[in-house]
Amino acid sequence: MSMALTLLTLLPLLGALAVASLPAGRKELARRLGLGFSLAAMGLAMLLWNQFDAAASFNFVEQYSWIPSWNLKYHVGVDGLGMLMVVLTALVIPFSLVSSWHIEDQPKVYFALVLGLEAGLFGVFTALNFFHWFIFWELSLIPAYFLIKLWGGTLRTPAAMQFFIYTMVGSVAMLLAFQALYLATGTFDFATLARLAKSGQLSQSMAALAQNHGWKNGLGQWMPTLIFGGVFLGLAVKVPLIPFHTWLPAAYAEAPAGTSMILTGVLSKMGVYGFLRLLLPVFPHEMQALLPWLLGLAVLTIVASAGAAMAQKDLKRVVAYSSINHLGYCLLGIFAAAQATDARPLWADEKAAALNGVILQMFNHGISASALFCFVGLIERRAGGRRGLEDFGGLRQIAPVFAGLMGITVFSSLGLPGLNGFIGEFLIFKGAFSLVSWAAVLSVAGLLLTAIFLLTLLQKVFNGPLNERWSGFPDLSLGERVMLAPVIAIIFIVGIYPQCILGAINSSVMQMVSNLAR
Amino acid sequence: MVGLLWLIPFLPLLAAGVIAVCKRPRRRLAAGLAIGAMGLSCLVALAAFVASLQGHAAAGPAREYLNFSWFEIGSTSVKLGWVLDPLTALMAVMVTFVGSLIFIYSAGYMASDENFTRFFGFLSLFAAAMLGLVIANSLLLLFICWELVGLTSYLLIGFWFHKPSAAAAAKKAFITTRVGDLCFFVGMLWLYSQSGTLLFYDHGAGCLEKSALEKLAVQTTFEGLALSTVIGLLLFGGAVGKSGQVPLHVWLPDAMEGPTPVSALIHAATMVAAGVFLMARVYPILTPDALTVIAWVGAITAVFAALIAVAQTDIKRILAYSTVSQLGYMMMALGVGGYVAGVFHLITHAFFKALLFMGAGSVIHGCHEEQDIRRMGGLRQYLPATFLTYAIGMMALAGVPVFFSGFWSKDEILHAASIWPVSHGPFLLGLVGAFLTAFYMTRQVALVFWGKYRGHQPAAHAGPEPEPGSAHPRKKKSAAGHKAAHGHALPHESPPAMVWPLKILAAGAILLGFLGTPAWPWFHSYLTGHHLSLELGRLFESGTLGVMLLSTLAVAAGIGSGWKLYGRAGQTRELPPDALETFQPQVFAVLRDKFRVDEIYQATVIRAVAWGGEFCHWLDQFVWQGCVRILAQLTLGLAWINRAIDELLVNRGFDRVCRRIQDSGGRVASLQDGQVQHYLRVIGVALAMLVLLLAWGGGLW
Repeated sequence: MSMALTLLTLLPLLGALAVASLPAGRKELARRLGLGFSLAAMGLAMLLWNQFDAAASFNFVEQYSWIPSWNLKYHVGVDGLGMLMVVLTALVIPFSLVSSWHIEDQPKVYFALVLGLEAGLFGVFTALNFFHWFIFWELSLIPAYFLIKLWGGTLRTPAAMQFFIYTMVGSVAMLLAFQALYLATGTFDFATLARLAKSGQLSQSMAALAQNHGWKNGLGQWMPTLIFGGVFLGLAVKVPLIPFHTWLPAAYAEAPAGTSMILTGVLSKMGVYGFLRLLLPVFPHEMQALLPWLLGLAVLTIVASAGAAMAQKDLKRVVAYSSINHLGYCLLGIFAAAQATDARPLWADEKAAALNGVILQMFNHGISASALFCFVGLIERRAGGRRGLEDFGGLRQIAPVFAGLMGITVFSSLGLPGLNGFIGEFLIFKGAFSLVSWAAVLSVAGLLLTAIFLLTLLQKVFNGPLNERWSGFPDLSLGERVMLAPVIAIIFIVGIYPQCILGAINSSVMQMVSNLAR
Repeated sequence: MVGLLWLIPFLPLLAAGVIAVCKRPRRRLAAGLAIGAMGLSCLVALAAFVASLQGHAAAGPAREYLNFSWFEIGSTSVKLGWVLDPLTALMAVMVTFVGSLIFIYSAGYMASDENFTRFFGFLSLFAAAMLGLVIANSLLLLFICWELVGLTSYLLIGFWFHKPSAAAAAKKAFITTRVGDLCFFVGMLWLYSQSGTLLFYDHGAGCLEKSALEKLAVQTTFEGLALSTVIGLLLFGGAVGKSGQVPLHVWLPDAMEGPTPVSALIHAATMVAAGVFLMARVYPILTPDALTVIAWVGAITAVFAALIAVAQTDIKRILAYSTVSQLGYMMMALGVGGYVAGVFHLITHAFFKALLFMGAGSVIHGCHEEQDIRRMGGLRQYLPATFLTYAIGMMALAGVPVFFSGFWSKDEILHAASIWPVSHGPFLLGLVGAFLTAFYMTRQVALVFWGKYRGHQPAAHAGPEPEPGSAHPRKKKSAAGHKAAHGHALPHESPPAMVWPLKILAAGAILLGFLGTPAWPWFHSYLTGHHLSLELGRLFESGTLGVMLLSTLAVAAGIGSGWKLYGRAGQTRELPPDALETFQPQVFAVLRDKFRVDEIYQATVIRAVAWGGEFCHWLDQFVWQGCVRILAQLTLGLAWINRAIDELLVNRGFDRVCRRIQDSGGRVASLQDGQVQHYLRVIGVALAMLVLLLAWGGGLW
């Protein structure tokens, strides 16, 4: 298993090449091959999950010197967080591919791009050095751009453009910030940077950097904040945090449903992952200094996105805003964990609760939101491209299984206990309430608004008298049921027995917490 | 015994699971599974009850519990568990017993519904969640089950989801109760962060045990309120939502859109009582301040809902408002310190209110889905068994003295209120409520069972709302028969599967009362663990007897005035206008419109939320997106300036230099035309000029 993670990243890349090199006419073969590669990656990820040793800090570590003169290393490995994200990616990609089976326009290119995207995601979630982490980060952007641009809806071109430019601006800011960090410290290694941050050396180095470049004293003290701001911008756009989110509704709505599933299921997790892996350990003092503002942004994200979701008339946009809302809870938990506390073990447990909740919520949201987009895609396809909130009604009468399974997903999304969404939110709120009660209490409003718009969605689409126009609306086919069964199973299993995931991440989280500056 | 307690919720859950996966049309299997599982649960619950009786020690109530770790977080773990104490045992027996009867009744009531199997699946799921709530030894487990009963309530209110009114009522119920649930959620978080555990009992470390309680009582928050007061009130917020207390009562009457067995089980006997149960469970946390709030909210609710019930015409809605009112009584009882009285009323109410709802279902069934009491009348001839049982339920609810359970439990509440040192307000409100209860129940029974049957023709004057239940799907099968005979078909008695449960419940509605009389307060001694033996003398203690007399007077006045106003009203085939309406049309209109609370909410809260949504959308479209646009425009502007500089300054300047060089180059080039004679001429001229210069100006150098 010494090369396991590299192999995992290369596998979908090879798949992408293999699928792309097929002749254009072999559509079915291309789909099957693509799915085969993604399933192989899933198998490998599951194998790793099985072998994963939660007690060790990083598993499957590979470290090679790459460009010695720059002190650059190829360094990969996964802790509980990375492992879970790898598993999530490996689950969502085949799910998305199956639900994109119907694409007739160049399926070969579509499947190859999705596999390329998967490689980028695996790379991001395993890299422990900024240099190649950033390469993969950007690598995942390009296939996503083409997926929206080439297979999207009527307004796909501006949506894809906005998505690309927006993310690019964030990435550039982050790149500049990391170059400054490199100049200050001479390393791109996450662990080293975190260690420097904890010992306080990082702040000194950053101040020294400002001095070396002749920044005046008044300006020089802003250097760390500036660097923090750059990284923050890059991640906040990706998650996204309000007000850096305006690319999202258009991109999610215009992208084909299969792509939206990946965008919300996994791509949005890159941002949250970055917050956990980079911002929290490397910039603890900056975060603490700006904490009220950051918490304010998280609360704004939670409440305003839920509010905006209530006003949407397009199913995809409703789900898109709900996605922003759910990631807002993740950021609430992360910012709460950044709160300065004294060293009592009580606080460590509260922080651990919040961060466990965040990571669990990332996984749960990945599963539930991608399933929701899948359902919306199924509706859209059955209705010939219509997906307005008011276009339907009474579908539950003729498609009871469809309504039932989508209902389960919706309730998972609104955090019903017994389904997966609840535990994550409960833990986030438990931690956040103890650490920063005001933000937690304000965010509770989001839970209410979420219930309002999700139940409105169910009511408008499935309940009431049947809209005669859709009297031929077919229920889920056997194939679709098979596709959705694992997702529904995960929703229940995680909801009832969360230990199956928490057991794998808790010790990593405790490690994270103990590395946090007080 | 506590080790087997999990079986009580598990059996219905198993049934629900099996029903969910089995094929749709297996009706008998579904009903059999659901009823069987519930019956077995009932046996287990009875065994638990017996066990708790045996473990009945002299010092306090017997209590056994079993805790286990659910998952680990940081260095701690989140624990769940179940507890067996008198409160749990009583509730479990009540829920499984009443539940079993309602399940059997449903098999008759829903017999012609096309979604029969799904109905039993949902009912079983509900029973599982409700029983989980009852046995929980952890506030978290209780909350989980609390939310799940909310879900099943949502599913069952919206069971006839193709009716827009049912779909809307389901959503309203879920969201209104969720407002309360979020209070509960915050209260739970607060309790968790302060006490470090959500287990109720855990060998001295639980949050209802001494050390945690003391810790909570000494801490104060804003305004000098004790922490336990604030937490208690937040938890009470959850109970307000679930138990339909003012101001969150609005969902419960609308919940009558669900099938009648659902109204009986969920919205009368069990789930709505969960709020009262929660308060009884966390009773040790509640401080006098918190209890005062609870007492007043309960007392106000009791009268408020009873007033509305006076002017309703839908048989189920009258009962729904009555439920709200009775839940108010229970809350008031807890608030004034009558813990036992509140729980006692919870149990007796469950029996007689389930009985009334199922009787109402039998009436509705018998009158071909008619729910308006103005179009009934004289039914005692057609539905004798229903009439008899309904009358027992009515008298129990009204609190007719001595022979009916409602009298004893309500009397205990009033007694507790009368000795409450803080205020006499709740006691007086309770008496008013008792009067109103007797009044509206007499009105209902008089209009439904006395007089002549008025169902043949349209009502004398239409009500404010359109006929509910006019588009039932369950008519599909039976409709053919009924519709042909519509206008001629007389009401008919219901099948035995529906009548037998009524009889059993009627027996309960009478007998249960004798468990809690002042003379032999078995209920009291069981629940609190203090032994009290039979002593007839206590019946005649001055306080007890006085309260009994007062409440008897109130009930007599209620029944008397009700009968006077409505007893003869139904004799004519044309129903005269409501006596109260002719007396006070404006007041009656306000009552009929339920104090217009829904309209007020519609105009304020709901509109505000909708505006909030639009505002967020507007923020998105114009502010955030606007910022981005401006940035984009700025970037474009910058690019334009850049281009302008490029084009105008750089490019044009460069071009000019180029052109000049080119021109000069051309001019120079033209000199070099390669003709030797020209060169020679230039050289000659230059030479001559040099010579001239030197010769002429030699002096210069």
